[in-house]
Amino acid sequence: MTRPKLAVWKFASCDGCQLTLLDCEDELLALAEAVEISQFLEATSEIKDGPYDISLVEGSITTDHDLHRIREVRAQSEVLIAIGACATAGGIQALRNFADVDGYTNTVYAHPDYIETLEHSHAIADHVQVDMELRGCPVSKSQLIELITATLAARKPHIPNVSQCVECKRAETACVMVSQGIPCMGPVTQAGCGNLCPKIGRGCYGCFGPVEHANTAALSAEFARLGLSETQTRDKYRYFNAAAPAFANAGDRA
Amino acid sequence: MTTRTLQVDALARVEGEGALYVKLNGDEIETVEFRIFEPPRFFEAFMRGRDAHEAPDITSRICGICPIAYVMGASHAMEQALCIEVTRPIRDLRRMIYCGEWIQSHVLHAAMLHAPDFLNLHDAMAIAKVEPELVKTALRLKKLGNTLMEVIGGRSVHPVNTRVGGFYKAPSAKAIADLIPELEWGVQAAGEVARGFAKFEFPDDEDDYVFVSLKHPELYPIDEGRIVSNTGLDIAVDEYPDHFFETHVARSNALHGHMKDGPPYLTGPLARYANNFGQLSDTAKQTAEDCGLGPVVTNPFQSILVRMVEVQYAIEEALRLARAYRPFTPAFIDAPPRAGTGHGCTEAPRGICYHRYSIDADARITDASIVPPTSQNQPQIEVDLTRVVRRYMDLPDDDLRWRCEQTIRNYDPCISCATHFLKLTVERT
Repeated sequence: MTRPKLAVWKFASCDGCQLTLLDCEDELLALAEAVEISQFLEATSEIKDGPYDISLVEGSITTDHDLHRIREVRAQSEVLIAIGACATAGGIQALRNFADVDGYTNTVYAHPDYIETLEHSHAIADHVQVDMELRGCPVSKSQLIELITATLAARKPHIPNVSQCVECKRAETACVMVSQGIPCMGPVTQAGCGNLCPKIGRGCYGCFGPVEHANTAALSAEFARLGLSETQTRDKYRYFNAAAPAFANAGDRA
Repeated sequence: MTTRTLQVDALARVEGEGALYVKLNGDEIETVEFRIFEPPRFFEAFMRGRDAHEAPDITSRICGICPIAYVMGASHAMEQALCIEVTRPIRDLRRMIYCGEWIQSHVLHAAMLHAPDFLNLHDAMAIAKVEPELVKTALRLKKLGNTLMEVIGGRSVHPVNTRVGGFYKAPSAKAIADLIPELEWGVQAAGEVARGFAKFEFPDDEDDYVFVSLKHPELYPIDEGRIVSNTGLDIAVDEYPDHFFETHVARSNALHGHMKDGPPYLTGPLARYANNFGQLSDTAKQTAEDCGLGPVVTNPFQSILVRMVEVQYAIEEALRLARAYRPFTPAFIDAPPRAGTGHGCTEAPRGICYHRYSIDADARITDASIVPPTSQNQPQIEVDLTRVVRRYMDLPDDDLRWRCEQTIRNYDPCISCATHFLKLTVERT
């Protein structure tokens, strides 16, 4: 039996989500047996031609060149999975979407004429059809393994789409907003990180992006009651998933 | 002050897709260019207006492989700007999590990305077929580094427990004590891997490098120190802009770093090692000797050995800190907003990483500048490539390409470049 061909692609990103795959130290060698790793520049110089059964895509689309490249990847991929905040929402670099990009190149580079860039940083799904998305900045190791395993078994992955609040309740973590008055994005953020911030007494900062039907208006009102300025509330939404529609809209209203 | 407009888009500079262009005219080398064309992400620009306390979390997203380098550089700079003095236990815990980053980043590069070059293999999975125990040991060492980061930081990629002023919560005594047995194993295992790599055949090559690194009066430099070179430079971190500057060349989306009135320089493991050999532990010094290394290594192809010596040192250092660890309060030091400027510089696995921020009276960022190690190493990488091409120009194209790729990977410049995504075009006329 031929093994499914797995490809991993990088666009504008920090490499952290691909690295999460290499950080599966206990599963990596077994994975390399279960699939034929056919394209994974972070890990191998062996490049096999497509088509590919599964493509994992990290990063956002920020240049004309990458726009063409993602279309090529789509054309060669049976299943295309966007992994991480950059691929699913444009990432931290989508903060440019709310500013003047010409001004940015002047700030960072001495010769802006050398730089080619699109005005906005876009999620993969803004340009091509995406079959599945995995949230997180970075993605969770266990969710990544679950997603790959389920895809190989042709079953639906078990990726809960509840809010961080549900994760805190299940873990019996005291609510940091209620008990300590710490602003927390948990009510509007999708679960999946493992309840990392609230359990160390830190408010969730939304790195898994908006949960479905997020009630951002209620949360923004609560932030105001806790004494946050409009700028502070806006910055809560304009972070690692700034361009995710629910957060982008909430940021505009703040 | 350096020229204003010469600043760095940090992300594009640390992680990138690299290409190389070599043009030979007979025996004359016309052009050697190392190109980085990773799309720019404009960190310095979009940080303007953000709260000072957000800088560590935002800049950690410059690099998923060395987020702690960014967290620490940004934290140190903001602490200087806000006049925060952190306590000894906070510094020690920071050093311990930084050891975790060195371990996972160095082992990833040495065992999984660099070692295949010496074995004429494409990847670590191929090495696992011929040397399964070696790869299993390397993966276990890498996991040890990641576990350190998870226990202290909450997760290994973009930790959440670190902040300006210290930590959100000090880990329990038990959580740290539980790391000790694996750290004890790791000290020995890292030495074994280093000695295994020492059997590789290293291409002949050397240069009279200018080595730039941190130096600390008592410790091998990781999280703090003065900036020094083997040519007499010895400055405080906040004097960096007086001695270094960046330029923009068309072939790279990463700015090139330079020393004022100085030749290209090297930052990273070879520089740290040469400038601070005396402060390595006895175990690490012995491992270096077993690997055939003197106190200065000038063959860049042997950087893989120096990385493994540093892995062993980092594990031993984490072990020392873990044994002495006691939970502490307060977990962080806070301070009211004030206007100011701060500088931070730490030793990322790939070399010194410099940050400077100015903030206003509300602690909002008005100006940001970040100079990652890969920017600084680019000119030296081109010098190395020219030297290697000159020495080995008689090799067939494929072999010369492999040798050039290896020359770049000697620097662990960024994950994409460092993992074989290098296009070499040799034009012979």
